[in-house]
Amino acid sequence: MSTEALNQHDAHASGHEHEHHDASDAKVLGFWVYLMTDCILFATVFATFAVLANSYAGGPTGADIFELPFVLVETMILLVSSFTFGMASIASHKGDSAPVLRWLAITALLGLSFIIMEIYEFHHLIVEGYGPDRSAFLSAFFTLVGTHGLHVTCGLIWLVVMMVQIKKNGLNTANNTRMMNLSLFWHFLDIIWIFVFTVVYLLGTL
Amino acid sequence: MFGKLTLEAIPYHEPIIMGAMGFIVLGGLALVAAITYFRKWGYLWHEWLTSVDHKRLGVMYIIVAMVMLLRGFSDAIMMRTQQAIATGGAEGYLPPHHYDQIFTAHGVIMIFFMAMPFMIGLMNIVVPLQIGARDVAFPFLNSLSFWLFFAGVVLVNLSLGVGEFAKTGWLAYPPLSGIKFSPGVGVDYYIWSLQISGIGTLLTGVNFFITILKMRAPGMSLMKMPIFTWTALITNILIMAAFPILTATLGLLTLDRYLGMHFFTNDLGGNMMMYVNLIWAWGHPEVYILVLPAFGIFSEVTATFSSKRLFGYTSMVYATAAIGFLSFIVWLHHFFTMGAGGNVNAFFGIATMVISIPTGVKIFNWLFTMYQGRVRFTTPILWTLGFLVTFTIGGMTGVLLAVPGADFVLHNSLFLIAHFHNVIIGGVVFGYIAGFVYWFPKAFGFTLNERIGKYSFWCWLVGFYLAFMPLYVLGFMGMTRRLNHYDNPEWQAYLIVAAIGAVVIAFGIFFQLLQIVVSIRQRDKNRDVTGDPWGGRTLEWSTSSPPPFYNFAHTPVIKERDAFWDMKENKDAYSKPKGFQKIHMPKNTAAGLIISAFSLVMGFALIWHIWWLAIVGLAGGLVAVLARMFNEDIDYYVPAEEVERIESEHLKNMANQA
Repeated sequence: MSTEALNQHDAHASGHEHEHHDASDAKVLGFWVYLMTDCILFATVFATFAVLANSYAGGPTGADIFELPFVLVETMILLVSSFTFGMASIASHKGDSAPVLRWLAITALLGLSFIIMEIYEFHHLIVEGYGPDRSAFLSAFFTLVGTHGLHVTCGLIWLVVMMVQIKKNGLNTANNTRMMNLSLFWHFLDIIWIFVFTVVYLLGTL
Repeated sequence: MFGKLTLEAIPYHEPIIMGAMGFIVLGGLALVAAITYFRKWGYLWHEWLTSVDHKRLGVMYIIVAMVMLLRGFSDAIMMRTQQAIATGGAEGYLPPHHYDQIFTAHGVIMIFFMAMPFMIGLMNIVVPLQIGARDVAFPFLNSLSFWLFFAGVVLVNLSLGVGEFAKTGWLAYPPLSGIKFSPGVGVDYYIWSLQISGIGTLLTGVNFFITILKMRAPGMSLMKMPIFTWTALITNILIMAAFPILTATLGLLTLDRYLGMHFFTNDLGGNMMMYVNLIWAWGHPEVYILVLPAFGIFSEVTATFSSKRLFGYTSMVYATAAIGFLSFIVWLHHFFTMGAGGNVNAFFGIATMVISIPTGVKIFNWLFTMYQGRVRFTTPILWTLGFLVTFTIGGMTGVLLAVPGADFVLHNSLFLIAHFHNVIIGGVVFGYIAGFVYWFPKAFGFTLNERIGKYSFWCWLVGFYLAFMPLYVLGFMGMTRRLNHYDNPEWQAYLIVAAIGAVVIAFGIFFQLLQIVVSIRQRDKNRDVTGDPWGGRTLEWSTSSPPPFYNFAHTPVIKERDAFWDMKENKDAYSKPKGFQKIHMPKNTAAGLIISAFSLVMGFALIWHIWWLAIVGLAGGLVAVLARMFNEDIDYYVPAEEVERIESEHLKNMANQA
């Protein structure tokens, strides 16, 4: 432990590049830890959904309103967007910004399609009279899925900002760190969605 | 255009509120006039408001905390006087709707806007210095955290004069806090002030967690960290694990109130006990978030003023970690009466009692640290001794309440009120004041007046016992909490004693303020030239008081647990280094303040349903965040000559003193 720390100290003294490298490490770790707190936020909403999952109050059940094929398409789109982000990450390691921008754009389009499909689903349910104020189950459903959707929307804004930043400054140290954080965020949302898909849609229609 | 906001929102007909508002407005105007008269706006803006220096942010946190202490205490003394007179048909001077806001505001302010910022302020000042770092891991985020917290403070105080505050008690249980039974804006003020400041707290948690993990000086392994840093580490882990639950829970309550959802309503499948469970899943860790750093302060104070190393350092660390873990599996003891069944209650009762074991370990560690030491009876050690006795009593009544059978009888009674004030005042408040006196010279360069400090301590201690011991008795006599008036005349005598106790505490607070004023006037007499006024043991005492903005010209190398004590023993301390290097530092920025100002606008607009303004606040905040993201000019280097000049001056001052 102590020698490791000493080496780090030497690195500090020897040049600014290393200093920035250490700062990037701290940023990525910090962001990852932040994501874990976000995970607890989702856990709370999941727990609430689990408690209220059968409180239909005379309203529809999950089996009545969910259309699994539709949600499966949504799921696939999001999973593919994780793959395309992975391609952007690989390209960024090679240091060429053009393919990174391309893959990020594709990711953003896929994310946007996901959000549009989700809004369509929500709109459809509300028009049918199954809005979030109909029953506790529907409140929990809209909130859990909506919280995820809100995160994806933030991710979309961030993707656009990221592309502008890369366009402006290329793949410098700061932008590489940001890419790392954004990819953590994007894949994290994918993992959350897997749980949403399983707990809400699959278990709800079984 | 203005949503629910009309001129009717200002309570003209309430003389007490208008008086308080008048006092705040006049005080604020006087402050603005004074700053303008002395031409200090530029200084304030450049050196403080836009500062990202952890020491300055720490000082600002504590100033706000002290102002809020006055506000929260005003609420307390109003409740005590009301209950002392409102019996036998007398209604007292506070109507129920006002009284209910007061006890809610008292709890909310004391926990969120007094204790939390006091703790975070001390952590800000001390932790980076104790680990030999130049700042926290994310200095800008630190400034953002402070300003988000401040936005919450502004909202909570706005509720006094514009509209109303929640009448629900400090945790806002539904269905009372739902839109059906609380249609006013009080609960909305509660929600948005806590949400905005809560985000700040969460960011602080992440920031200090990373700071402590990644920025320790070379040689400082985890088990060589000062114990206050250890408690800060565990507290930040608790913040990161608990505050998202609060955010989510208040979010769900918000959806119930704003979009007509049914999480916690009586009808359409809502489950109000879900809220109670969730809020305490945050709330119980929260009390340990507050008290663990206080334990850290007592450890530092005891070791320093006994001139001995801390007894049982390792057990102290493990006890802290154990308490941190256990704090997450006891939440249900706040509502044994929910009716979860005997087995569930037994589990949570036993888990609760188990916490007293690591806590007991700590008590004995402090006692054995003092045993055979040369204890210097300074103010911080008096607070520590007061804590040891008071907190132990509070801990024992806590174990008593942890017995589900006893709790069914004492639930919601004044016995409970006495218990948690016993541990929060005896543990948290005494600890923070001890830390305040102990580290004051580090932050400002001069020590506080000891004599007035001792007056303050004795007033607080005596006042505490007078104010809260009668409440234990009243609990046994069947008096429940939050009563506006009552018709059992037997209670009154005890409540009068309690009110006298509150007055004695008021003297304690008065002496604290006097102590600060007198000490500032006597500062030349009490200068701390060496940076080590108490014969300290940890790194923060190795640099000057106040430290230079970069903290350490050279990153110290740590060999022993009490690093600075070890340096002094080996005559390593104060040696003039061979040369200096330029230092990399973050630039000051107003971004945190601007983002928070927009979030304040958004919060206010959401409270009053002024939707267009809420969108303006959100969009403005977003633009401010983006502007910060695109700002590449955020750091600079302090030239080596500048560092040398500052360091030589410090050494010269020390030589002059000698």
